[in-house]
Amino acid sequence: MSTSMEASTPAAHQGFADATMIDHESDLLQISLGPHHPSTHGVFRMDVVLDGERVVKLKPVFGYLHRNHEKIAESTTYLASIPYTDRLDYMCSLSNNWAYALSVEKLAGLQVPERAEYIRVIAAELTRLQNHASTIGFLMQEMGASGTPLMYAFREREKILDLFEALTGSRMMCNYMRFGGCRVDLPAGWLDQARKTVDEYPRFLDEFESLLASNEILLARTQGVGVLPPKLAIQGGVTGPILRASGVNYDIRKVDRYGIYERFDFKVPLGEHGDVYDRYMIRMLEMRESLKILDQALHQITPGPIIDPKAKIRGFRPKPGEAYGRIESPKGELGFYLISDGTPNPYRYRVRPPSLINLTVLEDMCLGSSLADTVVIFGTIDIVLGEVDR
Amino acid sequence: MNLEEIKSTLEAAIPGCSPQIVTNGSPSGQHSLLLDREHAFVAAMFLRDDPTLCLDYCSNVTGLDWLDTETSEKVKVTQLVDGVEKEVDEVRKTRTPGYLEAVYHLYSMQKKHGPLVVRLRTENRTDSVHLPSFTPIWRSAEFQEREVFDLFGIIFDGHPDLRRILMWDEFEDHPMRKDYVEPDDYEYEPTPHDAVLKKALEHRNRISTPDGQGA
Repeated sequence: MSTSMEASTPAAHQGFADATMIDHESDLLQISLGPHHPSTHGVFRMDVVLDGERVVKLKPVFGYLHRNHEKIAESTTYLASIPYTDRLDYMCSLSNNWAYALSVEKLAGLQVPERAEYIRVIAAELTRLQNHASTIGFLMQEMGASGTPLMYAFREREKILDLFEALTGSRMMCNYMRFGGCRVDLPAGWLDQARKTVDEYPRFLDEFESLLASNEILLARTQGVGVLPPKLAIQGGVTGPILRASGVNYDIRKVDRYGIYERFDFKVPLGEHGDVYDRYMIRMLEMRESLKILDQALHQITPGPIIDPKAKIRGFRPKPGEAYGRIESPKGELGFYLISDGTPNPYRYRVRPPSLINLTVLEDMCLGSSLADTVVIFGTIDIVLGEVDR
Repeated sequence: MNLEEIKSTLEAAIPGCSPQIVTNGSPSGQHSLLLDREHAFVAAMFLRDDPTLCLDYCSNVTGLDWLDTETSEKVKVTQLVDGVEKEVDEVRKTRTPGYLEAVYHLYSMQKKHGPLVVRLRTENRTDSVHLPSFTPIWRSAEFQEREVFDLFGIIFDGHPDLRRILMWDEFEDHPMRKDYVEPDDYEYEPTPHDAVLKKALEHRNRISTPDGQGA
């Protein structure tokens, strides 16, 4: 951030004319945080007005990573957009694949075989594990715990990425799901490896929690900071862990019961205060619930076909109509709205990006808090700019 | 409550409101409710506050662009040709003006039902592209309506902060429209760089001449 107080000399002031403005009468300072600030998780900018150290106004600025993903998808076939969805939220490419495949299946009326559903659940929950772990790691990084918690999280993430690589051939850009199923079956020995990783994961969570949950600095920096009241959360369209940290019981896995989520026994953790600490804790608890789902899925999965034989990979033309499908991605409600006009390309392809919409209430959460807290509050929203700007 | 019931409830609750049901041919079966522009805001408010519907959560807002369509049909007309009445084929072209559409997907977090798909249509695609903004009802529409404004060019009346969101402020067209043509050279767009470049050139000229007055 460029809080250059020396900017009052005329020559220097001109150089920062747009970025830094000092209003001597009211002592308000306008600064531009980002787009290349290390704590903004990518090319995200906030125009912040400060009164001393308190935030009095905060406007997010988007578009630095905009490539009009929707237009590109509308000028190509349904299938060709799948690898592109990987690049939306590049931490969770498998969830993105699933949301898109689910919407196309709704649009075309395809059925997904049981084994493919299990593979999808396993892939999505593994994605959630690594996303939440690294989100907490990044959050700690922003509070000044430089490196250690993040590296602990990344160590576990590596194991999950290895599983993704064995399954899909790629660690992050998985491009794995297809309409009506999945691209390839599980490789030999994958399930055993996955079970091993899942069984070992609670040890990491315990370790992580014993290091963090009662850490004095963490408590001081997070409790009562960035409170999001449940009413405002609903009004602002916030979804995912942030919404549940505010105590609103809304998990699309439970509400829509898409895929085969009704077969699994898991709970939806809810927060009480809606502050940064709750948002951190919700993610820890959600990882434990994900492990429960994974444990059940990895033991219930049976051999069978992995793709609907009716699904056409090439020359795929759904009947004219529209469909909106959504899943509970690690960041919130990820939805795809598709309109078919009977041609091989979608007439309209719309991504409902949880990262962007969760930012709607960023200003409300940050008003009155210090600039250092703003960075922490922003960190708990957990955004990926590939999805915000699309 | 199904779509028919919602339609009749709206008609009963808001005088003059005439929602139409837009059917959807896909197996998803997500039919939608087309609201008229005049009563859309009141109707949306009703949808949110009605205790049985309670659609407190506006999940997805998006725009659609429907181009002008031209249909031609052959009509037989009797005409006087050389004093004799004859039946002549005539091609009549009817032009249906296109429109822009805003689509809202509403859910209820409290009652856990949905989606209710609500559509609004503009009068045409060119000069009359105003729709009421739903941001005062659901804040989640704030950035999404800005995006629709940016990429489709629908103007939402009543939006508190309707600016471009993804494209830069000086950009002029609306890229998601179906008839959008990419510029041949993006550098022709007036970007902040132009001013910077001009300033740099002036500076260079000034220091290159011995009298300091510039070339």
